[in-house]
Amino acid sequence: MIMETIIEFQNLKKKFETKDHVVEAVRDVSLRIQRGEIYGIIGFSGAGKSTLVRCINMLEKPSSGKVIVDGVELSALGEKALRHERKKIGMIFQQFNLMPSRTVFDNVALALHGSGLSKEKTEKKVEQLLEYVGLSERANSYPSQLSGGQKQRVAIARALANDPKVLLCDEATSALDPQTTRAILELLRRLNKELGITVVVITHEMNVIKRICDHVAVMENGEVVEEGDVFSVFASPQKQITKDFINITSNLTEIYDLVERKDPIVDLQSGEVLAMLKFRNATVSEPLISSVSKEFDVVCNILFGDLDIISGAPIGGTVVIFGGEEEKVTSALNHLTDKGISVEVIRDARSASKIIA
Amino acid sequence: MQDLLLKLLPNLMVRIPEFIDSIIDTLKMVAISGGFVFLFGILIGVTLIVTRDGGILEQRAVFQAFDKLINIFRSVPFVILISLLLPLTRLIVHTSIGVKGAIVPLVIGTVPFFARQVEAALSEIDKGVIEAAKAMGMGPVTIIFKIYLREGIPALARATTITAINLLGLTAMAGAVGAGGLGDFAIRYGHNRYMTDITWVTTIVLILFVCVIQVAGNFIAKRSTH
Ligand SMILES: Nc1ncnc2c1ncn2[C@@H]1O[C@H](COP(=O)(O)OP(=O)(O)OP(=O)(O)O)[C@@H](O)[C@H]1O
Ligand SMILES: [Mg+2]
Repeated sequence: MIMETIIEFQNLKKKFETKDHVVEAVRDVSLRIQRGEIYGIIGFSGAGKSTLVRCINMLEKPSSGKVIVDGVELSALGEKALRHERKKIGMIFQQFNLMPSRTVFDNVALALHGSGLSKEKTEKKVEQLLEYVGLSERANSYPSQLSGGQKQRVAIARALANDPKVLLCDEATSALDPQTTRAILELLRRLNKELGITVVVITHEMNVIKRICDHVAVMENGEVVEEGDVFSVFASPQKQITKDFINITSNLTEIYDLVERKDPIVDLQSGEVLAMLKFRNATVSEPLISSVSKEFDVVCNILFGDLDIISGAPIGGTVVIFGGEEEKVTSALNHLTDKGISVEVIRDARSASKIIA
Repeated sequence: MQDLLLKLLPNLMVRIPEFIDSIIDTLKMVAISGGFVFLFGILIGVTLIVTRDGGILEQRAVFQAFDKLINIFRSVPFVILISLLLPLTRLIVHTSIGVKGAIVPLVIGTVPFFARQVEAALSEIDKGVIEAAKAMGMGPVTIIFKIYLREGIPALARATTITAINLLGLTAMAGAVGAGGLGDFAIRYGHNRYMTDITWVTTIVLILFVCVIQVAGNFIAKRSTH
């Protein structure tokens, strides 16, 4: 695929001036988002994610800097031209923002108001859209009669009505349960692949990024502090905040709590080693633990595992208690290190060595 | 039957035509001034909503002007407003008495109240919905008609109900200063000439009107809430 920028921020700044103070919600962000990708923006509450994304369709006017979408500098347009461009940028929200007084059908049809389509064509289009999001049977329901996931599907159908090139998702799954979240993310991925729509996803959940994004930007205090393809960022996070995000999603760090609490599960027999293994190399794919267990004749007791497939490669880690003859345990750990796995010994009950290579 | 009514309502039964006329006058006043109030109230209410801070056509000066005007007019008691408005009333409808003369003060006395009600009703609409409309590329006119005046229907119906009932009360007061209608009827006979049966029946008729308005309002509000 040829890389082609569809959204570009150039030194974007956005200040909010309230009576008593000034908030710099976005400070000097320059970013490029490629056509056809799913781009994630992650950050804690107040980081400026929404403000940044709302600058893409000018729901927020930048204080300075430029926003260029598909070759058009939106930050320089007048109201009318801007409205025209906005039709090419769909947006969905955490709270769905459907019109309560209109049926599902009318909610979607409203997006086509002023599009010049005939009544029949509008109807046809709405039906197609509802079918695409899997809600044909609910066309005559009112939003209040739908579940959160269904509401978001309607919102997606509505956002797709004008055949947008870009879809902005502001915490689109944050109000949904994990299963529904998965289904909505799946739908986003599908429309990205099938319709070629560039998707920009804001979230504070690393899982969302992990599941569907190609690129990710980490925001903190109005700045993008880390940016890159999702696998690299996961494999070797540079900034503390990025590490925090990765750790939140992983249950591996629970081991430290268990050790601290002296939980019986982490009591070691003499000769055993409690270690955390982290895979951060896209080539690791063989069943390492079981092969190590066989090859070195050690017992591997897996306490936690958190493996994910990101961009087609495994990433994550496991917490394992290795038992057996001391030398064998040591060589097994060395072997793993050689294989490019980061081995962190958390507790060591070997008599002789406390150090592994 | 006839005898019983004559006995119970001696003063009313001999003034039935006048009674009916005054009912019609009251209805006329409510309907005509109500129509104007609705129109101007919505117009000003919408203006307030769209021009306020963060509104879709933010215009601080315009907002402030309407906001202040409403406050001023709402603080003038209706009876005083009637006499203050006499010159204007004569200018517009060429009379200051009767149904016609009542319309001007009724409209001016009620519009500020209703405009505030409209403003409150429309501010109940989820900001997110307006935001979504903007994101869809809708212009201000479309947003006003397709979102505000549509999503606002239940709250507007309730606001209209309250205002109509209020207006009905004011027509009775306007009646006292020469506008005719049920208020005038009740005061002239019931109050000034101690014909209590007339006071009672007029009151009952007014209560019935209030009930009808309330039921109609509730019906519309309910039917448009989903
Ligand atoms: N309209 C506004 N007026 C004043 N301050 C604002 C406004 N909108 C946002 N802010 C401030 O800008 C900062 C960034 O807000 P923003 O909504 O972009 O954060 P966010 O990363 O989306 O957070 P969340 O995850 O809570 O949605 C915050 O400090 C917020 O208080
Ligand atoms: Mg946000």
